[in-house]
Amino acid sequence: MIEICPFEISRRDLLVSSAATAAFASVAGNAHAQISGNEMQQSSNVSFKVNGEEHALELDNRTTLLDALREHLHLTGTKKGCDHGQCGACTVMVDGRRINSCLTLAVMHDGDEITTIEGYGRPGNLHPMQVAFVKHDGFQCGYCTPGQICSSIAVLQEIEANIPSHVTGDLTEKASVTSAEIRERMSGNICRCGAYSNIVEAITEVAGSKA
Amino acid sequence: MKFEKPATTNPIDNLTVVGKPIHRIDGELKTTGRAKYAYEWHDPDIDYAYGYPLGSSIAKGRIRSMDTAAAKKSPGVISVVTALDVGKRDLGSKNTANLFGGDEVQHYHQAIAIVVAATFEQARAASALIKVDYAVGEGVFDLSTATKDAKKPKAEGGTEPDSSVGDFEGAFANAAVKLDATYTTPDQSHAMMEPFASIAAWNGDELTVWTSSQMIDWWRTDLATTLGIDKEKIHLMSPFIGGGFGGKLFLRSDAVMAAFAAKAAGRPVKVALPRPFLVNNATHRPATIQRIRIGATRDGKITAIGHESWSGDLPGGQPETAVMQTRLLYAGENRMTAMRLATLDLPEGNSMRAPGEAPGLMALEIAIDEIAVKLGMDPVEFRILNDTQVDPEKPGRNFSHRNLVGCLTLGAEKFGWNARGKPGTKREGGQFIGLGMAAAFRNNLVMPSGARVKLDARGDITVETDMTDIGTGSYTILAQTAAEMMGVPMEKVGVHLGDSRFPVSSGSGGQFGANSSTSGVYAACVKLREAVAQKLGFNSQDIEFANGEVRSDNRVVPLSQAAGPEGLVGEDTMQWGDLEKTYQQSTFGAHFVEVGVDVATGEVRLKRMLAVCAAGRILNPITARSQVIGAMTMGAGLALSEELSVDKRRGFFVNHDLAGYEVAVHADIPHQDVIFMDETDPISSPMKAKGVGELGLCGVSAAIANAVYNATGIRVRDYPVTLDKLIHELPEVA
Ligand code: FES
Ligand code: FES
Repeated sequence: MIEICPFEISRRDLLVSSAATAAFASVAGNAHAQISGNEMQQSSNVSFKVNGEEHALELDNRTTLLDALREHLHLTGTKKGCDHGQCGACTVMVDGRRINSCLTLAVMHDGDEITTIEGYGRPGNLHPMQVAFVKHDGFQCGYCTPGQICSSIAVLQEIEANIPSHVTGDLTEKASVTSAEIRERMSGNICRCGAYSNIVEAITEVAGSKA
Repeated sequence: MKFEKPATTNPIDNLTVVGKPIHRIDGELKTTGRAKYAYEWHDPDIDYAYGYPLGSSIAKGRIRSMDTAAAKKSPGVISVVTALDVGKRDLGSKNTANLFGGDEVQHYHQAIAIVVAATFEQARAASALIKVDYAVGEGVFDLSTATKDAKKPKAEGGTEPDSSVGDFEGAFANAAVKLDATYTTPDQSHAMMEPFASIAAWNGDELTVWTSSQMIDWWRTDLATTLGIDKEKIHLMSPFIGGGFGGKLFLRSDAVMAAFAAKAAGRPVKVALPRPFLVNNATHRPATIQRIRIGATRDGKITAIGHESWSGDLPGGQPETAVMQTRLLYAGENRMTAMRLATLDLPEGNSMRAPGEAPGLMALEIAIDEIAVKLGMDPVEFRILNDTQVDPEKPGRNFSHRNLVGCLTLGAEKFGWNARGKPGTKREGGQFIGLGMAAAFRNNLVMPSGARVKLDARGDITVETDMTDIGTGSYTILAQTAAEMMGVPMEKVGVHLGDSRFPVSSGSGGQFGANSSTSGVYAACVKLREAVAQKLGFNSQDIEFANGEVRSDNRVVPLSQAAGPEGLVGEDTMQWGDLEKTYQQSTFGAHFVEVGVDVATGEVRLKRMLAVCAAGRILNPITARSQVIGAMTMGAGLALSEELSVDKRRGFFVNHDLAGYEVAVHADIPHQDVIFMDETDPISSPMKAKGVGELGLCGVSAAIANAVYNATGIRVRDYPVTLDKLIHELPEVA
């Protein structure tokens, strides 16, 4: 049986009605502040350093840092798993701290220093964490792997810097590299292939060789 | 080459490379971010456009009209292609729901338009401006009520929906000890980390597609059907795949939309399905309701075993074959199984890792635990007592090789199974502690698989096959196979995969990939060895390939020299005789799990996991072990958190992203141990290997549920085992 849905409100209707509301509100306030959609600045210039190299880009304001890296700089080592901050595949370092690059707009990073997986090592000259991932088979399909590796490097730095986590038992003691700490701190990086057990071994080995 | 008789001694048995713990040859590419996945192919000379899809916001009905005027005027938009523009297409042979085209809506988030713009952001913004007028139909979305109209499905691929041996009803009625229980498993999502993605580029009437596919030839065939063009005109590539788990077995909408969009835009178009869209757009593992009845003698012999399963799918779909393992796993003279299929208007149900066995064992292996409790028997002992070495439905048919008992015994010993206490009696700190176990069982399937192997003047070997590596380790084990057969070290072998220009392989699925595709490379190498022998005038019977040389009697020639400037090629396809019919070929294992359950909240934490697997020759213990731990991890998710919630009014999966659909994360998974039984199965293939990629998922969720029972005394029969199902019945804490 086919019938018309009485509840159907299309996205277009919603946009039209909210635009009308906005126009009304702004007339009541300061009419000069109203900018029509066509005049609005859609793009901005932004400069940042990626893996030590300076880049100047003109980007749509809505472009995430992730898409700036992947689609504009063609640094596709950083992965898009969800685009919503739910998986960690897009993890990169910005000014020494790990972030989900899908959750931040590129224009917010003018002047920042960004390190992606490509900045840590290359075939034939791997970063120790990359070596450990290969040795312990800390991946399968490889899609979460750049994010896991960037997070792994960051996790060891965070523990080194004595930043506590949810599982740190004693806040007055120095944070230590335990399996529980690693698992907790790595939990923003999903691996559907299920390489977790091996990843923890890889990180533990790198941490041990540093100690 | 046709494999018709059990394998005898062959060059693989040298085991100089095969069977060795060799690290992945694609490991450096993957860990440095240099492995290129579908959406990442970038040619600086090409001006790619971006496609962003729109999905239906109703579950069933018809599209009356679509207003794309605003979208087309939106900044940067190059073209808008709707399902109405494209019209109804022929359905790909492996698809149940239409992927794109026509006015009929069969499920929520079915693709109905693709907006192409110069940038991703512009295409996304414009897609929100499309106005759709639907005629909404009435759908059926609730399996629990749809079962009353469920029907006996057609027999698919030799799989009868029902089976019956002896007098099940009579034997069950008269059994001294009986269990009759019903279990449910929810709809589950593959949730592979790489979303479906394709880049399509037309050159005249020829189409090139970079995509993420487990099965190159199935995709190519069904894409040709859906587009209405000749298959030979399509070149499809998928050399790296960010996980599939069955979700990428069959052609998906990204490839179809990319092809139409690229045609309309007149330039190459990239399409990735957004994460919140792909869950309802693509396939999932259907929910099941399973009734299991077991009758046994007082001393623990099964006399009657019955397993019925209900599941739902779109019209023309298939059942989740959850009863299959019950036909083969345990002895018992009187048996029955039955599958019934209801019509549901949810997104398409289809294969997900270990289809049938994964949800089937989630139920069966709790039932076995339950009857063991009723008998007062140890569940390991009970399983050993009811082992069978023949197909219990056809007692004249033997298993090719079956060492379930070995897995159970070794696992129990290594795990410290005898430390298990009575249910609800063990406590450590704030947790009840429990041990649980289950048997693992998954059939070993084989598929025809082709390969081309080239030898060049440097003595290098190149393998070409359309086989895929979805994280399974295909690159590495195919290189090992070629290295072993041709007597060269690993460094001398290159492997090219996932390209429709290469010979058609088994592809990756059903845990048939490793055994089948290495057998295909084996066959091609046999051809290449013959070509080398022929060229050198050697008698190919007593020829030996080792250390980059070929020798016969006293003559030794380096392979590079044998190749000559032109090089030599061997190409063949491994075909399979009827050994899989004469013998039942399966893989076996045992899972052991320790859990801690919070005494106050009922939160379940995994403390230890062990799997013991019997799966023929293990071609590479590193990649095989990763397959098993990965499957155990997925099984932990299925046991404890994974469930697609159905909106039974509007007909869709509500938690359609990675925040709402909870897969296991690092903090959920303890150290995992895997032991492989040292065995070969010459009846399976010349490799004497079997599949292992799905075995690790089979039974592990039940082992966890059984451990929760041992910890708390609470029997949860409805997955996932979440704390709301425990908290009201937790034992009193002193
Ligand atoms: S892509 Fe950024 S968290 Fe998933
Ligand atoms: S390696 Fe595939 S998702 Fe982690």
